[in-house]
Amino acid sequence: MDLYSETILDHYRHPRHRGLLSRPSARVVQHNPLCGDVIKLDISVKDGTVVDARFLGAGCAISQAATSLLLDSIQGKSIRSLERLTTQNIIDLLGISVSKAREQCAQLGLTALQKAITMLKQKRKR
Amino acid sequence: MQKLGEHIKKQFPIFSRRINGHPLVYLDNASTSQKPRAVIDALSMYYKTMNANIHRGIHTLSEEATDRYEQTRTRVARFLNAKTSAEIIFTRGCTESINLVAASWGAAAIRRNDQIIVSALEHHANLVPWQELARKKGARLDIIPLTAGFTLDEKIFHSLLSRKTKLVCLTSQSNVLGTIPPLRRMIRAAHAAGARVLVDAAQSVGHSRTNVHALDCDFLAFSSHKMLGPTGVGILYAKKETLDTMPPYQYGGDMVESVAQRRSTYRPAPWKFEAGTPNIADVIAFASAIDFLESIGFDAIQKHDTDLLSYARSVFASYPGVRLFVPEGESNSVLSFTVEGVHPHDVATVFDVQAIAIRSGLHCAEPLVRLLGVEATARMSFYLYNTRTDIDRAARALEKVFKVFSLAPSA
Repeated sequence: MDLYSETILDHYRHPRHRGLLSRPSARVVQHNPLCGDVIKLDISVKDGTVVDARFLGAGCAISQAATSLLLDSIQGKSIRSLERLTTQNIIDLLGISVSKAREQCAQLGLTALQKAITMLKQKRKR
Repeated sequence: MQKLGEHIKKQFPIFSRRINGHPLVYLDNASTSQKPRAVIDALSMYYKTMNANIHRGIHTLSEEATDRYEQTRTRVARFLNAKTSAEIIFTRGCTESINLVAASWGAAAIRRNDQIIVSALEHHANLVPWQELARKKGARLDIIPLTAGFTLDEKIFHSLLSRKTKLVCLTSQSNVLGTIPPLRRMIRAAHAAGARVLVDAAQSVGHSRTNVHALDCDFLAFSSHKMLGPTGVGILYAKKETLDTMPPYQYGGDMVESVAQRRSTYRPAPWKFEAGTPNIADVIAFASAIDFLESIGFDAIQKHDTDLLSYARSVFASYPGVRLFVPEGESNSVLSFTVEGVHPHDVATVFDVQAIAIRSGLHCAEPLVRLLGVEATARMSFYLYNTRTDIDRAARALEKVFKVFSLAPSA
């Protein structure tokens, strides 16, 4: 059973950075219409750097663990560096091979993060 | 009568496949069925010996292909107990059949403030076209709700019916729960109110005998691919007198009678609804699927379905933490379930590692799954080649789910 490594099960059962921020710089709700998975992501940014990021979610082990691992990896990072993140980075974080059908589960948190980054950039323009 | 289950698997080449080192157990029949050798051979026979366009060529191949295509129409009419083959339209699938009714009959017959009724059990294919039609026409869309026992609330259905009701859209079998609504009774009630009735028979047509004459429905839609036939073929049955009043759905070649530069006239039903070159090969092969099913007989198929479903329910019910969605009253061939603490997608992935194909998610019936109060379900659906051994293997996979997610099945 390669798909469910100890890391994934650990992050699924005990998600890191769980919860919401009282004053987030951006908040995104992202659904996967295929399975009903949902992620609510809050991010707080100062001087182009992630101060904190948290999430609430419901869904499968892959989508929830991937989001937990992703948020673990972005604390203190520059927004610019996060713009370069791809699905492959998420799969590397999960450390497993993911079938095409499950890639969308793995991507859910990243899609939410990308939307949050777009929102932050639009805010800055205004 | 042929023996079902293990014996008949030999006639389906796909069951020689191994997945992740295990022989395939296919329990996703509500999505699509596997194809017997007879159907695969019919497809290849057509392309090898008969390929030509229909309804136009004078040459031998075109005549042969036209004959076989039209013979399939007759075959379908007999299969459904329709009055005439002119009541059978070939489409791309059940979804297109329903959209044809919405676009052609619906556009002409539905007016502002009219009412369309659908049931809470519907697949998106028999819901979204009616949402759109109602929105465009300023008509009202009402839903027959679900009872606590996962059946349709007939009392509320009766209270919804009025002189404004123009159309009632009902599934013959839920793809999520397996619920079989009392169609005859509901159709009679709808007719008494002056409404037409469309039946989405996609889930039932390969499992139990369909008799449009006895049902007295106005429209009936289904796909070939859930009943051993090829993908890309749908059927729309409609009463001849209704079809005659309906405008064409798409325009172009083959559906015309005569074409002048500025005006054209159209062929009679069913051909006025089949513009362009149809899916000739798959329609012809579909006849072999009907032959295959009828050679076995629906009595035998139903008996087999019933046995598998009750066996699966009893096996899966023995695991604590597993919730089964079992409707009161009549149901067939589908078992939705959830495992406490494990998302259905993860259940399906663990099953897949054991070569057991099941469906997980919303099953193209999002409002219904929401009514069940869950995020999603895992679903096993059975057909004539499945065996009790398949269900035993699914139970082993379920135990694997408990193990992977460190849940004690006996806790």
